[in-house]
Amino acid sequence: MTTLSQPLPSDHSANASRKDPYALGHHGRSKYGRSEATGHGEGGPASKRIIVAYGFWIFLLSDIIMFSAFFAAYAVLGGNNAGGPSGANLFDQRRVAIETVVLLLSSYTAGIASIAASRANMIRTQAWMLVTGVLGVVFLVLEVQEFAELVAEGAGPHRSAFLSAFFALVGCHGLHVACGVLWLGTMMAQFAAHGFKANVMRRFNCFNLFWHALDIVWVGVFTIVYLMGAG
Amino acid sequence: MYCLLGVVMLIRGFTDAIMMRVQQAVAVNAPGFLPPEHYDQIFSAHGAIMIFFGAMPLVIGLMNFVLPLQLGVRDVAFPTFNSVGFWLTAAGALLINVSLVVGEFARTGWLPYAPLSETTYSPGVGVDYYLWSIQISGIGTLISGINLTTTILKMRAPGMGYMRMPMFAWTALGANLLIVAAFPVLTATLAMLTLDRYLDFHFFTNDAGGNMMLFMDLIWIWGHPEVYILILPAFGIFSEVIATFSGKPLFGYRSMVAATMFITLVAFMVWLHHFFTMGAGPAVNAFFGISTSIIAVGTGVKMYNWLFTMYGGRIRFATPMLWSLGFMVTWIIGGMTGVLLAVPPADFVLHNSLFLVAHFHNTIVPGTVFAVFAGITFWFPKAFGFTLDERWGKIAFWLSITGFMVVFVPMYILGFEGMTRRLQHVNIPEWRPNLLVMAGGVGIMILGVVAQVTQLVVSIRNRKALQDMTGDPWDGRSLEWSTSSPPPVFNFAVLPDVHGEEAYWGIKQRAIEAQQLPEQPDYQPIEMPLNSSTGFFAAFFSFFTGFALVWHIWWLVILTLAGAYALFVIFAWRQHDEYEISANEVARLDQRRREARQAWLDRREQAA
Amino acid sequence: MSQHDNVPDHDTGDLAPGEEQAGHEAAPGAKGYTIGLALALLLTATSFWIAGSEVIWAPGIPAALLALAVAQMGIHLAFFLHITTGPDNTNNVLALAFGVLIVLLVIGGTIWIIGHLNHNMMPMDQMMQRM
Repeated sequence: MTTLSQPLPSDHSANASRKDPYALGHHGRSKYGRSEATGHGEGGPASKRIIVAYGFWIFLLSDIIMFSAFFAAYAVLGGNNAGGPSGANLFDQRRVAIETVVLLLSSYTAGIASIAASRANMIRTQAWMLVTGVLGVVFLVLEVQEFAELVAEGAGPHRSAFLSAFFALVGCHGLHVACGVLWLGTMMAQFAAHGFKANVMRRFNCFNLFWHALDIVWVGVFTIVYLMGAG
Repeated sequence: MYCLLGVVMLIRGFTDAIMMRVQQAVAVNAPGFLPPEHYDQIFSAHGAIMIFFGAMPLVIGLMNFVLPLQLGVRDVAFPTFNSVGFWLTAAGALLINVSLVVGEFARTGWLPYAPLSETTYSPGVGVDYYLWSIQISGIGTLISGINLTTTILKMRAPGMGYMRMPMFAWTALGANLLIVAAFPVLTATLAMLTLDRYLDFHFFTNDAGGNMMLFMDLIWIWGHPEVYILILPAFGIFSEVIATFSGKPLFGYRSMVAATMFITLVAFMVWLHHFFTMGAGPAVNAFFGISTSIIAVGTGVKMYNWLFTMYGGRIRFATPMLWSLGFMVTWIIGGMTGVLLAVPPADFVLHNSLFLVAHFHNTIVPGTVFAVFAGITFWFPKAFGFTLDERWGKIAFWLSITGFMVVFVPMYILGFEGMTRRLQHVNIPEWRPNLLVMAGGVGIMILGVVAQVTQLVVSIRNRKALQDMTGDPWDGRSLEWSTSSPPPVFNFAVLPDVHGEEAYWGIKQRAIEAQQLPEQPDYQPIEMPLNSSTGFFAAFFSFFTGFALVWHIWWLVILTLAGAYALFVIFAWRQHDEYEISANEVARLDQRRREARQAWLDRREQAA
Repeated sequence: MSQHDNVPDHDTGDLAPGEEQAGHEAAPGAKGYTIGLALALLLTATSFWIAGSEVIWAPGIPAALLALAVAQMGIHLAFFLHITTGPDNTNNVLALAFGVLIVLLVIGGTIWIIGHLNHNMMPMDQMMQRM
């Protein structure tokens, strides 16, 4: 659409070769030149793979901001026991430690699964996905157990603001893990049905981002809720 | 579709406003015609509808339409997801409209402060209607935010680096970053209130350790960025319109970009000014008072840049330009009263008075509403192929701005005299004259609305005469004006190669100098996304889920959630999401555009 | 002159979040994940140990736990999510930085504000307890 007889002052077609890739700022371009990068530079739109992953990254950040609102509520209400039980009375550190290790391992196995998928190895991908899913389910079972015990001993969310904030924050994380497990099952089915097609791989990339982010949120949860809350 | 929804809900919100003005005019030492239970629902609905279902959809709709064209790309980043976002907003709007007929609405004001909104003091379904309609539409808005942020940051025509984007794209980026950052907090806070109401949690209750002040804090962490979400795209629209109708490039592009990003960041550092009087003490109040005063600097930079854009230009007073000039004159007052309110001691006197109400209407109406009208008038020919009638546009503008002043200037005065907001009846007869004037002003605004509708009707009737022959009716400067009106489904036959700011202006000037169009490109087949009914069904399920939750019909909740999940799996399983347009078809459509442009060039040369 | 029509399959100078970039990783492939796992386990164990024992001066424990948590989040970001400071990752890092800023404002701001409000306004239940 645009054939120019003479170049514009802003358009120097000097070769945009990279100098120091770790220089801050104007990397990837010459003195007057253009950044040839696609997406964030002047190279045109990014590929679908990047667009999907980046959009999901933005969603993840918004999800983490939502968690931060629950964290803020917990920080403020954490001391409001209304005469009822506090964290020190209620938390079983052994169970929390097991939950933490289980979730961390599941993050690791998800990463190994992504490597297997990038090499189009169906058996290994499905195997590591299965392990990840099992670990996720173990985490959920432990958490449901904890919630059930708390409710049974009268320390449900209706007891005090502290418990409301606890159940909401930890429960929200648990709900995300549950959705992640469902998603994982769906991904395994899609791999089985369609193999390593581009669109399946894009979704799998998003799943991996999601699953790792959940572990990052859990680091915050076990530190602030369980370790600090116990005294 | 967003704009259509926005206009309909704007009219519903305006009807609420008419009722409020009339009630206050007649209810001086008298009961009026609206009992308190009813009046309270009306002002709550007025605020909620105007913000969530009037202003937001209009602004988001304009961004959706204009951004791909301005950025020189075929579509947004996630087309089907985008559709889901719109339909969720529509489902929320439907739910809030149903509350008018089945049940009742919240009586808490447009933000349901605790503990009034807890079940102890609001036992009915009103607050529940509010919660579910806002939550559902909030998810839709978040979807839109993710979509547009990704589009702006990752999808632009070749050659369009960040510093070559049109100003509207920059302000849209700021607004969408704010959406992505702020709406999750709204979701979380309303979820906490929902848990309080439905499952006996104690986030904000009076008893068991709840903290009502936490609600105010969290909701305004969302609430303040929300108003910047509304105003930043408006600023972008004004930048486009003022530059186009002054015949000059926008003055101070880099400072505008800096001001936009500055406003975006600082928007998250001022929220406490909405509750100075709640008692956080001088240290906290001082910090937020200062930050609120500082954020005004960003807008000041923009105002001066607009002025300098006009200075030395050849100004055409078309309708969009009138709306922009009207904005510049009236919005200044609203902005300055905002800086006044930013001073905590002053705010202690004026908080929740009509002065405050006048301030925020003085910023939202000349800001967002005028911008939307300017934008709609500006881009209407691009969307529909014919311009709107100029004469009726001007009449609508003058009626609207006059009506606006007649309503809100007396409101400032009443605020100073001590009248508080949300009064169902008034016991001080001295206030009566101003209240009557305000009711009269609303009458003038009604005439303005009538003129807008007339403008539309007349334009449609005369559409042949008003037809946009070239696709560039205003002598535009950015890429959307290089397409035909309306653009083909793929926007651009070949993605433009962008050199310098004002991508299209350069292309146009070179074509005029050379007296010929750029060379015909080599057409390739184009892949476009398939239409999908996913969005519509998402709305269907979410509406019934919301309705069932309001009325505690648990079996229906489970059914609709299962349906929504099934829908999601079906959608996730589809393997064909694109269709191809052949190179011949692309060539045929682009030929028509090139012929129209060539004809314009020829006409121009003959006239010269 | 460019003939870009559709969204291309190739990218220049741009990375998807979560993608490894050859030459910029601390440890590529499975080794990276293993190192990340080991470090994260170490930090987790340390956190639990510090919380349970007397090793650190009691008022300093929360700060120590926070530092360990931030470090572990960094390990996750670097080794599992492959968020590096390479030039192609700029967009991803900027988005993350924006998110982190908002999180700090929300949590820090709320704690500061509510702390002052609680101090000045004395919540209802404390008043009830005094009555």
